Amino acid sequence: MVERSPVLSMVCHAILIAGALTVCIPLYFAFVAGSLTVAEVQKVPLPWVPGGQFFDNLQLAWSKGNFSRTFTNSIVVALGITAGKIAVSLLSAFAITYFRFRYRMLAFWLIFVSLMLPIEVRIVPTFEAVANAAVPLQWLADALHVADLWGWISGHDVAISLEWNMVNTYPGLILPLIASATATFLFRQFFLTVPDELCEAARLDGASPLHFFWSILLPLSVPNMVALAIILFLFGWNQYLWPLLFTTDKDMATAVIALKGLIPRSDSEPAWNVAMSGALLTMLPPALVVLLLQRWFIKGLIDSSK
Amino acid sequence: MSGKTRRPAQEAGLKRANFGDGPGLPTLLLLPQLLILLFFFFIPSLRALTQSVLLSDPFGTTVQFVWFDNFKTLFASSEYRQSIAVTFWFTVAQNVLTLGSALVLAFATDRIVRARSVYRTIILLPYAIAPAIAGILWAFLFNPAVGPLAQMLHRLGIAWDPNLNPTDALILVTLAASWKHICYDYIFLVVGLLAVPVSLMEAAAVDGAGPIRRFVSIALPMLGPTIFFLTVMNFIYGFFETFAIIDAVTKGGPAGATNILVYKVFVDGFVNLDLGSSAAQSVLLMSFALICTLLQFRYFDRKVNYGV
Repeated sequence: MVERSPVLSMVCHAILIAGALTVCIPLYFAFVAGSLTVAEVQKVPLPWVPGGQFFDNLQLAWSKGNFSRTFTNSIVVALGITAGKIAVSLLSAFAITYFRFRYRMLAFWLIFVSLMLPIEVRIVPTFEAVANAAVPLQWLADALHVADLWGWISGHDVAISLEWNMVNTYPGLILPLIASATATFLFRQFFLTVPDELCEAARLDGASPLHFFWSILLPLSVPNMVALAIILFLFGWNQYLWPLLFTTDKDMATAVIALKGLIPRSDSEPAWNVAMSGALLTMLPPALVVLLLQRWFIKGLIDSSK
Repeated sequence: MSGKTRRPAQEAGLKRANFGDGPGLPTLLLLPQLLILLFFFFIPSLRALTQSVLLSDPFGTTVQFVWFDNFKTLFASSEYRQSIAVTFWFTVAQNVLTLGSALVLAFATDRIVRARSVYRTIILLPYAIAPAIAGILWAFLFNPAVGPLAQMLHRLGIAWDPNLNPTDALILVTLAASWKHICYDYIFLVVGLLAVPVSLMEAAAVDGAGPIRRFVSIALPMLGPTIFFLTVMNFIYGFFETFAIIDAVTKGGPAGATNILVYKVFVDGFVNLDLGSSAAQSVLLMSFALICTLLQFRYFDRKVNYGV
């Protein structure tokens, strides 16, 4: 700060308090509503102080939202996306920065292009791809006339029909969300800053590429991995569109999707108290992650957007 | 591209100290990433492109190649044009609101010393909250029957009802979307302000420029690239990630007032089963996303040299 100016400081505090209030007011009312009975929550005006039903509503929301099941799903999906994306990204970033091979630039550009399209713009074909992931193999089989060839060899007429349905499965929920290369580019940027001497020394010592990767590069990458893991966990936990397409089986829904089922529609009982308890429950895990890992979270946010 | 004639150090993005030429191991390392991209990115994207020039009935029994008919029908439909207009107003309003509030908050954060991290922590909190949940919270606050804010508006004599009034519905989703996203712009601006040289500010102060004047004529221009980047990111957010808010709160209604483009793709594809039209819409959105991404790279090309 260049000069002291108490008035401006006061104004700034006022602005920030207003900002903090804007963040907190919806959360406070969610808490108030979540602590009332159905009758109380419909009162005009809504009470400004919490009632005594908070834990009962939490329990009700927990069972109505099938949360013991859907929370598990959310955790599996969020951790699956986090671990999967970091793993495939580390490997491919290692490959394109530390190896010289013929199609290196092609691989680089294939990965690069995938940064450009969010999953939302290709939901219908992606859904088809997950409904039967074997379709491309089928095309290949058809194009190569494998069936005819096999028929000719074996003397039987055969039809090859391949099917691999991933709807309502964890891989179907997780894999399409791993298919974007942001993390690869983050690790690539980081690897490019790693001193060359480390690799040279490792080679002089006769270390294999994988040994170098495992015992030198990976430990160096831990800070980036942690920061990215936080962002990916939030991304995975808060997914909506993709899990929504999978709610054909209620047991495969994630917590956010289950929460949607708790919102009162115009023709049903306005149980906003249960809906708000459910909302508080569902936002708790990611909120805790942000609050507890603040510094890492900011680093991850800034890194992964670059 | 294989660098036998060139020195390896000149190859773009390759470490000077590398593991040489063998193609086997790098292929193995790249395989998981490339397979996932192939199945869930490249094939679906290509399918969207091909479907957009095909006309098929909902059961997929007949498929016809129709050139650009799907696109022509789309632009001729008033529903689609309305969707474009809604998306435009929604994203612009969200962008102005988000960036404006974030700028004011970042300026204030930069000026104070005490309690800085407390404010920052609270303002960052909405990042943890799913767009769908942000939508549900605001839908409750503004619910015409039970919502406290709606009740306040009613007492002021405003007949607020987002279930019936298109403008109210659009205001509701814009507020929810902005509330969720201010934290994102805010943290980038706070970090950006830290990079403004103190000596520059001091020199301007000696010349008699007050804090606001300095912010407007020194800090703001230096934040230019960040603001440009955030504008692009806000558009991407508004176009794609607000799907959850729309679906959880208004379902595109009333009367299509909040039927933004990405929601219409979903409804036409999965509810109306009009695959050709949905794919054509996907392709148009893809072009938009592509433009945004290229603009985004212009921004960090300055900081990160991708030729290296």
